[in-house]
Amino acid sequence: MQKQWMMMVVAMLMAVASNAQGKFFTRDGKLKFDATAPASPDKIEALSNSATCVLDAATGEMAWQVLIKGFKFEKALMQEHFNENYLESDKFPKATFKGKITNLSEVNLTKDGTYNAVVTGKMNIHGVEKDITANGAITVGGGNIRMNAGFSLLLSDYAISIPSVVSGNIAKEAKVLIDASLAPKQ
Amino acid sequence: MAHVAFSLVNPNFMKKIYLLAAILLPFGLSAQNDDLLSLLEEEKTTDYATASFKANRVVNGHSIENTAKGVLDTKFSHRFNPLRQGLYDMFGLDGASIRIGADYGITDRLMIGAGRSTYEKTIDGFVKYKLLRQSSGKKNMPVTLAYVADIQVNTLKFSDPTRDNKFTDRLAFTHQLLIGRKFNSRLSLQLMPTLIHRNLTSSPMDKNDVYALGAAGRIKLTKRVALNAEYYFVPEGQLEAAYVNSLSIGFDIETGGHVFQLHFTNSPYMTYKGFVTDTQEDWFFKNNEGKMLSGIRFGFNISRVFTVVKPKLD
Repeated sequence: MQKQWMMMVVAMLMAVASNAQGKFFTRDGKLKFDATAPASPDKIEALSNSATCVLDAATGEMAWQVLIKGFKFEKALMQEHFNENYLESDKFPKATFKGKITNLSEVNLTKDGTYNAVVTGKMNIHGVEKDITANGAITVGGGNIRMNAGFSLLLSDYAISIPSVVSGNIAKEAKVLIDASLAPKQ
Repeated sequence: MAHVAFSLVNPNFMKKIYLLAAILLPFGLSAQNDDLLSLLEEEKTTDYATASFKANRVVNGHSIENTAKGVLDTKFSHRFNPLRQGLYDMFGLDGASIRIGADYGITDRLMIGAGRSTYEKTIDGFVKYKLLRQSSGKKNMPVTLAYVADIQVNTLKFSDPTRDNKFTDRLAFTHQLLIGRKFNSRLSLQLMPTLIHRNLTSSPMDKNDVYALGAAGRIKLTKRVALNAEYYFVPEGQLEAAYVNSLSIGFDIETGGHVFQLHFTNSPYMTYKGFVTDTQEDWFFKNNEGKMLSGIRFGFNISRVFTVVKPKLD
């Protein structure tokens, strides 16, 4: 009976240990998007410096979150329209992504270096969830994990409607760039 | 009893149960990883209410919105003759009172502006500062509170050159508080206690200091169209009976960089001293002969913004 108890305690400790180690996070990831159409007189781009991300290095799972109101535009009116008319941030205050690194065997998160990573998961913007896959670079160094990625999102996929009068200015696809440096979570 | 039952179970079976538990337990724990974000404490941020009104004016008076930092907002405003003139006067469009002005955001909370009106050839200037901003989250504030200080100069030639006319006779000052709240994405309301001081009044019956209380609101009808209303109540005993309260109802229509405010109002003037203390015709009134007339006029404000100083995004 004692042996069985021991087994159980060891199993529990292992489980706890594996949970406590290998989590990385940031609250100040950079997220930039550009939805400028070729004919647009204005740059339609915005930046958030406060994207949150948690990465489980053991499983390659990751979760992202960004506040829509946190995106800053060069033009205040554009920012207001982005929140009021397009992303409806009072109804849908956040965009989230939950997914995992699918080629974890090729990414060694415990060894310094730069790796190509493929991430697949569910993107939720404007209340609409879509499966997406993106390629990025993961750089391990100095105990931190840095993630860089660039991908495109089709605005119509997320029920973001563009009135015809401005359809010449706003691209159908938004180019998204991500740059986040994750520190170990204690 | 349970204890007895426990010991009666085959020890081998118990071993299997423990093993199963030991294998399943880590899975149970990792199932919590589904929401990795829950590992981080929700960081409390302050969420300021934005876009309570589409423009920094409701119709004639200020709204609780400010022009953003580094943005120049040019304004072209017209109030036409009363509609009652009919087709002969193109429902009032043949004559207009005009104000041309510009506002600028020094910070997101402090803005200034100036303009010139045809009425009394008035030049006006103002400062508006948001003392409190409605917010939720880390900081909670139920209302936005702003203060407007406005000065206007009548530049008409003095009507009586024999009088001892002084420059100061031309001046009128306004102090106004704007107390507003965006109740939800559709409805915003505000109250505007107002004091207008005229250095010179047109009649000795009029008080130099006129206290008024304004109320205004907007209902957002669609993403790009809102319905606005604005009323200024001047308690009796301050102005001659010929002066009436100002009431305006209009639509804000937003296109790319413009806001078109189209409205119906009984005030032909667009400065505080003008529309609060000098409005003379009610929406409906009886003339001297007892005939029912309407003082409703059509008017518009067109606002076009230019970003003068671009904010640093990084």
